[in-house]
Amino acid sequence: MKIRCNPIKCEAHGMCAELFPEWIRLDDWGYPIIKDESIPRSLEVHARRAANACPTLALELEDE
Amino acid sequence: MPATTARGALPRLLAGLSGGSLADLEQHLDVHGPLPPARELPGGQIIDLVERAGLRGRGGAGFPTARKLRAVHAGRRAPVVVANGCESEPLSDKDSLLVRELPHLVLDGAAAAARAVGAPRVIVALKGSAKADREAIEWAIEQRRKAKQDDVEFSLFAASEGFLSGQETSLVSQIGGGDARPTFIPPRVTDRGVQGRPTLVQNVETLAQLALIARHGPEWYREVGTDAEPGAALITLAGAVAVPGVYEIAYGTPLRDVLGAADGNESEIAGILIGGYFGSWLPSSVVSRLDLSQRSLREHGASFGCGVVVALPRSACAVAETVRIAAYLADQSADQCGPCIHGTAAIADALYAIEQGNAPRHVFADLQRWTLELPGRGACHHPNGVAHFVATALQTFASQFDDHARHGPCDGCASASAIGSPGRRG
Repeated sequence: MKIRCNPIKCEAHGMCAELFPEWIRLDDWGYPIIKDESIPRSLEVHARRAANACPTLALELEDE
Repeated sequence: MPATTARGALPRLLAGLSGGSLADLEQHLDVHGPLPPARELPGGQIIDLVERAGLRGRGGAGFPTARKLRAVHAGRRAPVVVANGCESEPLSDKDSLLVRELPHLVLDGAAAAARAVGAPRVIVALKGSAKADREAIEWAIEQRRKAKQDDVEFSLFAASEGFLSGQETSLVSQIGGGDARPTFIPPRVTDRGVQGRPTLVQNVETLAQLALIARHGPEWYREVGTDAEPGAALITLAGAVAVPGVYEIAYGTPLRDVLGAADGNESEIAGILIGGYFGSWLPSSVVSRLDLSQRSLREHGASFGCGVVVALPRSACAVAETVRIAAYLADQSADQCGPCIHGTAAIADALYAIEQGNAPRHVFADLQRWTLELPGRGACHHPNGVAHFVATALQTFASQFDDHARHGPCDGCASASAIGSPGRRG
């Protein structure tokens, strides 16, 4: 699984970086910088939680 | 440019030029002959020819044209072809030249592409402000209608003005009545574009190349260029050359020959911008080593892009030129993705502060971080282009940026752009 941000929807609430810091950090303006790598199975639950918590539903989970 | 290369003759696309006048249908057919009719050259065969020729898109991204044709052809609904003549890159003139003076070559290519994908209609998209382009195409479409030249329906679309107007998803959005802004992918326009139909958006030079491949075949196409990068391409030369303008070159032509053909004086050149505003600044020392192939350009961290080659004269200030273009690009952000809105503006402001000599100490560290973090974080490639352009400027003109950061504007900073850049700090 990978996680991807739709930057048109994203409004820099920053919940994702708080819920999934292993994969997501924020830039100088609060927008997410996401690792472009497959998420290990053990962390998938965090990815789901981050995606579900996004107030603008900007995060998309992609199965590979 | 040498009229003849080792293996084939140029010009090809520009063979029909006649000193600035518009080529009519008869002149066009005199130079190139007719497009083979569908019973001799069915659509599926056109895709095969394009694939064997190895044609790639000439709008900047260089995507293999046959793959795009196949993707559109595979859709369930009747597709639409969009001939993209918007040419948003301010330094490029090759697309407009084709449209203005050789419209039948473009329309031929569009008709062949429509046949290849099974599209009943072609929309020719041009900037609303490009009056000469529009008149030439309207006139050519009317000529073809009278001559019953095509089995496709041509129409015109007046696109909006901005830098991102010709971006594929932005163009499709406008044609559908929406904003001139890129959209998030997926869906790809090849799956769902104009009216939800599979849509082939193809640059007008790509279509012109396709028109000739459909006539002469892939072996002919590959007679010039390199084995890995066959064919010829149009480039726009600007800056410190005596004869700026559009040239047709074989891929792999040494940069030195290209500049020589335009009477450029190497000793007068401070740097080269290749690929336009989304391109790369390279030091003048590459002139003797670089050829215009993707392979050679990649070795220097550059790419062909839309074929713009700018020679920056020694009298110009590389910092001021970079500041102008960065400001223009920041201004042209579609204002919809946060990283692009904030990142491109921050980069442009930081560069301006350097030019003025009042940037904070950490400015170069900031710029390095922003240019590394920005790519891939917009819906389109605008942030990638800006980041790459600025990173190559900082690398190529490191000492000039350093001088400005310490001492402020140089004598050249106040001059107008030496490369005809429209970018102005407002």
